[in-house]
Amino acid sequence: MGFTVFIILIPLVMFLLLSFGSKWLRPRAAGVIGTLGMTIPALLSYYTAYRYFLADAYVWPVWGPINTFSMEWLRFSDNLSIEMGVMLDSISIMMLVVVTTVSLMVHIYSLGYMKGERGFQRYYALLSLFSFSMLGLVVATNIFQMYIFWELVGASSYLLIGFYYTRPEAVAASKKAFIVTRFADLGFLIGILILSYYTGTFDFNKIMDVEADLAVTTMAGSSFLGLSAATWAMALIFMGAAGKSAMFPLHIWLPDAMEGPTPVSALIHAATMVVAGVYLIARMFPVYLFAAPDVLTLITYVGLFTALFAALIAITQTDIKRVLAFSTISQIAYMMVALGVSGYGGDFGEGYTYSMFHLFTHAFFKALLFLGAGAVIHTIHSNEMEVMGGLRKYMPITHITFLIACLSISGIPPFSGFFSKDGILSAALRYEPFVFGVLLFTAGLTAFYMFRLYFRIFWGVDRQYEKPPHEAPKSMTIPLIVLAVLTCVTGFIPFSFYVSPDIRPYEVYIHWPVALSSIVVGGIGIFIAMWFYRKASDRPAHLAAKLSGFWKAAYHRFYIDDVWMFITKKIIFRGISGPVAWFDRHVVDGTMNVLGTGTLKTSEAIKGSQTGRVQTYAVVFVLSVMVITVLVLVL
Amino acid sequence: MNILSLLVIIPLATLLLLLLGKGQKYVRGVVVGGFGLLLLSAVILAVLFLHERAVSDAAMLFVADTLWYAPLNIHYAVGVDGISVVMILLSAVVGFTGVFSAWNMNRDFFAWYCLLAIGVFGYFISLDLFTMFMFYEVALIPMFLLIGVWGTGKKEYAAMKLTLMLMAGSALLLTGILGIYFISGGTTMNIMELSQLHIPMTHQYWIFCLVFIGFGVLGALFPFHTWSPDGHASAPTSVSMLHAGVLMKLGGYGCFRVAIFLMPEAAHELSWIFLILTGIGVVYGAYGAVLQTDLKYINAYSSVSHCGLVLFAILMLNHTAMTGAVLQMLSHGLMTALFFSLIGVIYSRTHTRDIREMGGLMRIMPFASVCYVIAGFASLGLPGLSGFVAEMTVFVGSFEHADMFHRVLTVLATTSIVITAVYILRTVGKVLYGPVVNSDHLKLDDAHWYEKISAVALIACIVIIGVWPSGVQGIIYDSLAPVMKQLTLF
Repeated sequence: MGFTVFIILIPLVMFLLLSFGSKWLRPRAAGVIGTLGMTIPALLSYYTAYRYFLADAYVWPVWGPINTFSMEWLRFSDNLSIEMGVMLDSISIMMLVVVTTVSLMVHIYSLGYMKGERGFQRYYALLSLFSFSMLGLVVATNIFQMYIFWELVGASSYLLIGFYYTRPEAVAASKKAFIVTRFADLGFLIGILILSYYTGTFDFNKIMDVEADLAVTTMAGSSFLGLSAATWAMALIFMGAAGKSAMFPLHIWLPDAMEGPTPVSALIHAATMVVAGVYLIARMFPVYLFAAPDVLTLITYVGLFTALFAALIAITQTDIKRVLAFSTISQIAYMMVALGVSGYGGDFGEGYTYSMFHLFTHAFFKALLFLGAGAVIHTIHSNEMEVMGGLRKYMPITHITFLIACLSISGIPPFSGFFSKDGILSAALRYEPFVFGVLLFTAGLTAFYMFRLYFRIFWGVDRQYEKPPHEAPKSMTIPLIVLAVLTCVTGFIPFSFYVSPDIRPYEVYIHWPVALSSIVVGGIGIFIAMWFYRKASDRPAHLAAKLSGFWKAAYHRFYIDDVWMFITKKIIFRGISGPVAWFDRHVVDGTMNVLGTGTLKTSEAIKGSQTGRVQTYAVVFVLSVMVITVLVLVL
Repeated sequence: MNILSLLVIIPLATLLLLLLGKGQKYVRGVVVGGFGLLLLSAVILAVLFLHERAVSDAAMLFVADTLWYAPLNIHYAVGVDGISVVMILLSAVVGFTGVFSAWNMNRDFFAWYCLLAIGVFGYFISLDLFTMFMFYEVALIPMFLLIGVWGTGKKEYAAMKLTLMLMAGSALLLTGILGIYFISGGTTMNIMELSQLHIPMTHQYWIFCLVFIGFGVLGALFPFHTWSPDGHASAPTSVSMLHAGVLMKLGGYGCFRVAIFLMPEAAHELSWIFLILTGIGVVYGAYGAVLQTDLKYINAYSSVSHCGLVLFAILMLNHTAMTGAVLQMLSHGLMTALFFSLIGVIYSRTHTRDIREMGGLMRIMPFASVCYVIAGFASLGLPGLSGFVAEMTVFVGSFEHADMFHRVLTVLATTSIVITAVYILRTVGKVLYGPVVNSDHLKLDDAHWYEKISAVALIACIVIIGVWPSGVQGIIYDSLAPVMKQLTLF
């Protein structure tokens, strides 16, 4: 399937074409070219999926990886080099489908949403750059290739968040996103260095060759500070994943990233890039499980905390994109927990399977939510839910599709979120009831804040708008409809048949006790939200007043941003950089200057002796000789 | 005639031609012609080198040797290996683009500029220690005038400081070279021949220190780097380009061509001291850059950090890391030249380099701004640009040492990539993005065609290395084999 390399290359060509041609292309043309350019990779991805899963069903019943393309990119030493290649297996093909589909939808949607914006061509060029980077990431054959594209998606994300570069908030947000993830990537890099040192390779298949025990035995041996090299490496790699996937406490960049254009939030900060961390852990899952199980426990609890934490914040936010951002954090944390609780082989791999399943379904319904929110923002010109209400009358399509997505994320059957969440919950129950309990509670919160959002936008106060809001143009509603349909149907894919940690298919059934409890909890959340927000009332205000301490803390995101601000501004800037700069100018350079002026002074002092009078010289000379002679004789 | 000598003769001829005429057009024509020819011959040299390499396994190619001063056995001995070729290409590219960035300078400026080029190219082709040292000095001295006469700000102070510090380094160097000469028997100054002789261990210690520090001063070895911020800030655009882009590489090149190659045992024994210094330098330079407000100071500190990484990698004394060191020299040379050329573009229009007085330049001068962002990305090590390739090779190589000392230092050095991101994005955010701070800036124009040539050529090189690194990496890797052999011999 050599053609798969074109899935990656076409967006790259598009990027070059659009960025160099931006002067000659009219905006509309650039948009259409970009969109058409994205259709081909999407179709190729579907075809790849069809071939891999259905037509060829390669090494059935085992979904083994196939490398369809590989070339040496950079050689470090005789036996260590970075390859660039395309690896196909269940999860990489799944990601190809997700990325190309959502990217294509966003390309189409942006034709309407970004119409008339300055820098339209640049926008499409950057979308292509992002798509290229993200696709390169998912098909990576080795961890270094993944790191390379990992950095590239970070950079494209930076450029897209800062798309409105004249707005200081956007600039600050883009900077923050890049630096926070860069910090996390430092861990990733060091993790790669450790891993490659002990295994002697970057190649995923070689690292994970469980039978050969390569990673497992060599790395477990050496230890540092009481933990094995494997634990260190995998924990550091998780740090990179946590940065990209916005796990606590590295989540701070994601809410701010909402400063970017809304379609970008849908593509990068909801559906694709932010799940790269989950994908990375899934990719390395056997290594985690067999060589560093402690790190999996860490992942579970970091994920669990983040899921709850972000959901609590989401309840109090009033900016609709921020609500969605925190919701994304919470949902990705769900996926992380699922990986953390997963085992290996048959049913035990349920956590892994459903983590990937949730990634898949979440990508569509969260992109739908963002694009729906974008449609609202497009007509209202504000992100604040305070100025919205009663929009269902004006925007029927947006309303219905948004409702479908909300039901899906709340875990109501038959929408896709129900199926994937159910599996995660049952895997958590198998692992530990406490984890299950927290996740279930979070599911209730999720339903509540999503319907709070829904009711406040589409119901609630019937406002009189100065300019009556209108339904979005076709270019925007078509992607909404497509994604809504996907949200309705993707839940029925028998995922365990295709995706499992030991790459062998197995069958799972819906666990009705778990499913029922999750439906009930979700339903309760929805009803509470309805009671509060369906009609304008003072109930929400009462609630907020009662919980004022908590409400305020949650509204300010539990002050985590301030902690980071303190670390960067006070410690790094004031505490390190300032003193370093001062030290350099005054101490290091001062020493050099003192040496210089010292020399100058000395010569100044002794230059008087150079009188030029021969008599003086003669006198000094004779006297010196006499003194020396006396000294020699006496001593 | 030997093709290598051509590299010295062309700038010399350009210099002589410059002295014949005066008009601006004449000067520009001569300089562009001269440096274009120089670039062309560097490229031809590279091609010939690849051909020759395939059939010959000599350590040095295109060797020529003429006795120059018999009593001391000083020869004009030239020859190149892959590393010299790479450095020559770098110098030719930066020298060529520098001409365009100095488009409006007069004849005298270019005369000194040519002299500097003579020194640089002579240095990279020399195999004789004395000749090498002589060219080294030839390259350094024009700097005093170029900064002192055509500079800005506290130019006399900066020029004096730079010259004095580098001369102090040269003094150490000269002592070291004489030490090598006499202790090895006083028969030859040829590096390749010297490498066959064994310098006694007791002498290796002090000579290594002298030579390493001597070259290190030019390579921005902490704490002897302070000439760099002042010097760069005061120097005119193209001088900064050539100085940071090429001259600082003379230091790194010398460190391993002389210090490591001729005194491998001392290198093994003493590397830890200098590793600590360079490790500090890498992080220290990055932190130092964070709060600077002058564009050139930011870049100068950034250079301290990046050049620190060069020396750091050299001292790791393994094949991969040293390959990375040369790659880093190349990469840093290109991107810092690009930075300085763009800072020149900005400064010549806004007449300020203070980032607090600028903002929103992206909308006013989009071309220069986009190039600046690309340079920034290269500097913070974005894949697809040269910085990434170099840094990763250095880190992977450094990590091959299994002991805690090297590991900790490597991890320390890697943290610089985060700090680099901080100061680069801070600068980009303040200067290029955001609202326009000064409304006078609104009517400024974008880069002129000659400035564009400079930027585009440098970006092209950065991208080529970033996208297709294996070509240049292969040349460097193979050429390091003799050095590695020398290191494992003892």
